Amino acid sequence: MSQIIKVGMAELKVARHPAILTTLGLGSCIGIALYDRINKNIGMVHIMLPSSSIATASANRAKFADTGIHDLLEEMKMIGSDVRNIVAKIAGGAQMFAFATNNDSMKIGQRNTEATKAVLAGYRIPIIAEDTGGNYGRTIELSSEDGSLKVKTIGFGIKYL
Amino acid sequence: MNDTISGLNNFHLDVLREIGNIGAGNAATALAMLLDKRIEMKVPQVRIMKFSEVSDVLGGAETPVVGILLRIQGDISGSMMFILDEPSARLLVNILMGKPLEADLDFDEMSSSVLTEIGNILAGSYLSALSNMTNLRIMPDVPALAMDMAGAILSVPAIEFGKTSDTVLYIENVFTDGHDSVIGDLFLVPDDLSYGKLLKALGVV
Repeated sequence: MSQIIKVGMAELKVARHPAILTTLGLGSCIGIALYDRINKNIGMVHIMLPSSSIATASANRAKFADTGIHDLLEEMKMIGSDVRNIVAKIAGGAQMFAFATNNDSMKIGQRNTEATKAVLAGYRIPIIAEDTGGNYGRTIELSSEDGSLKVKTIGFGIKYL
Repeated sequence: MNDTISGLNNFHLDVLREIGNIGAGNAATALAMLLDKRIEMKVPQVRIMKFSEVSDVLGGAETPVVGILLRIQGDISGSMMFILDEPSARLLVNILMGKPLEADLDFDEMSSSVLTEIGNILAGSYLSALSNMTNLRIMPDVPALAMDMAGAILSVPAIEFGKTSDTVLYIENVFTDGHDSVIGDLFLVPDDLSYGKLLKALGVV
C-alpha cells in the first residue's frame, strides 16, 4: 500500500514512488500536482495567492503560485527529478461566493488559475489536465503509480484527471 | 511590524476575546428573539492559527459547512465570515421553519434565505457591538451564502488573511439552548490598514 501524505493549505510536499499526495477542500486556492514520468516522483503544493510580490520578508513561500512552484521544483530535483520529465495537473480556483457587486478580491480563484498557468509555462512544464473554476470545493489525490489525479467534490461527483 | 497578526500580544488577544464576548452576547440575544428560546453562550475561543491548521477546525477539511460572507464598510473595511456546521444549520432552519428538529436540510431557496437572514442578524449584532465599543462607523453589506467543504469555505477568509499575514485570527462561538448546541465560527478580517485603526480605536496601541 502507498502511504498517503497530506498537504495542508500553503504547504508543499514531494514523495518517491510509491506514494499518494492529497490536499483537502480546495476552494479558491489551487492544488498543483507534479508528476515525473520517468522515475514516478510526485510533488504537490497548495497555493493561496497569485504572486509573492505582495509578500513580507517573513512570508511562507508555499502560499504563492510563483515561489510555491519554484520551491516545489527544487524539492523534486533534490529527490532526483529532471524538470524536462515533469508534467502538471491543476485543480481548484473556484469562486465560492457569488456577489452582486464586482469585487476584485472575490475573483481570486480566477487570478490564482491564471498565475499558476503562467508560472508553469515559464518552466516549460505542460499542464496535461485541469479542473478549475466553478463555485465548489475540491479534494485531490495524486498517485505516483500512473500520475492520475482523483478529484472529489460535494454534489459534483468524483472524477479522474 | 511585518505580520499584523503575529504582532498581537496577549493583551490584544484579550481585547479581541472581549469583543468576541460582547459581539456574541448581542448575537445570542438576537438569536434568542428569533427562535423564541433561551439561548446561552459559552466564552468564545480566540486563536491564532497557521494556514495548515485552518482546515482541521469544524471536524476536518471535507466536512460540509454553511458559510455566510459579508463585506464590511465605513470607517474600517474588510470582510466577515460566519460559519455553521451542518447539524447547526439544520437545527436553525428547522426551528425557524417549524419543521421537526431532525428533518433533513434541503439546501433550497427557502432554507438559503433563512440562513442568509440568520447570518445577517448575527453579523449585524456583532458589528454593532464592535461599533459601539470603538465609536467607528461599521456597516455590513448584503451577505452571500455557500454550502461546501469546510476547507473550501475557510479558504476565503484564509486568503484574505494571507495577503498580509502567515496566520489566521479565529473566533469560535458556541450557542446552546440547554440541550441543542449551535456551533458557529467567526472570522473578522479587517483590510490591511483597518487593523491598526481598529486596535487604536479600542485604545490598545
